Amino acid sequence: MSAPKHIRTPLARVLGRGAARSGTEHFWHQRLTAVANIPLTIAAVIILITLLGRNQAAVAQILGSPAVTIIMLLFIFSITIHMRIGMAVIIEDYVHDESSKLTLLMANTFFTFAVGLAAVYGILKLSFGL
Amino acid sequence: MAETRSLEARTPAERPLSPHLQIYRPMLTMMMSIAHRITGFALYFGTLLLAWWLIAAVSPNGYARFQWFAGSWIGRLILFGYTWALIHHMLGGIRHLIWDTGRGFGPSEREWLAAANLIGSIAITLILWIFVLLTMGGS
Repeated sequence: MSAPKHIRTPLARVLGRGAARSGTEHFWHQRLTAVANIPLTIAAVIILITLLGRNQAAVAQILGSPAVTIIMLLFIFSITIHMRIGMAVIIEDYVHDESSKLTLLMANTFFTFAVGLAAVYGILKLSFGL
Repeated sequence: MAETRSLEARTPAERPLSPHLQIYRPMLTMMMSIAHRITGFALYFGTLLLAWWLIAAVSPNGYARFQWFAGSWIGRLILFGYTWALIHHMLGGIRHLIWDTGRGFGPSEREWLAAANLIGSIAITLILWIFVLLTMGGS
């Protein structure tokens, strides 16, 4: 018995697809959005503080201005992607029943899309004033 | 035929499990790790408040309802917790990014980073709230 020449399985050799090269996608996106979240969160908190105590008309006008709208949109996109991956990790860590896990992972995607789009709708309505 | 294939019906062997949280003495680094996950979990649902705030700002009536909630004691408690969770998770995230570069794993470094994370998050949260309450004229 000689040592195998390679460690790929027979099926992998037949299919000949090579590595998927997508195994670190979630890991990478979580770091990417984490880095983006730092300046965006600081900017969002500063925007929020400047809006405190103002009436609705002033808040709507400032939130709807181009620079603030774009910052808030970037903030919403980045945190929504980040929290979807984060919650998926929590579910995968603690929920071991297959059907419960899949249900929760689906609910996670539905929730993050719904809350993200709701926030995007609010900010775009302020910006475009439709 | 079908019966022979029901592998999942077999009871798993009683193997020793790896020691979990209740076995270890609580340590600061462990607590900060748990706090990072809990604050992330809380912030996940906190985005509901962010979406509500942005949609409420569209109409005077909607904004009045949001302001009533934000001004109530329970609203302020939630917003205070939200502020702390946000700052704590952000500082914890920076700690993770430092670790991603391969730095900050030494015995004194990791203790220092964990303490800085906790003290920093409490200090920044208090400074933000004191600043806001003072500039808004109290209450």
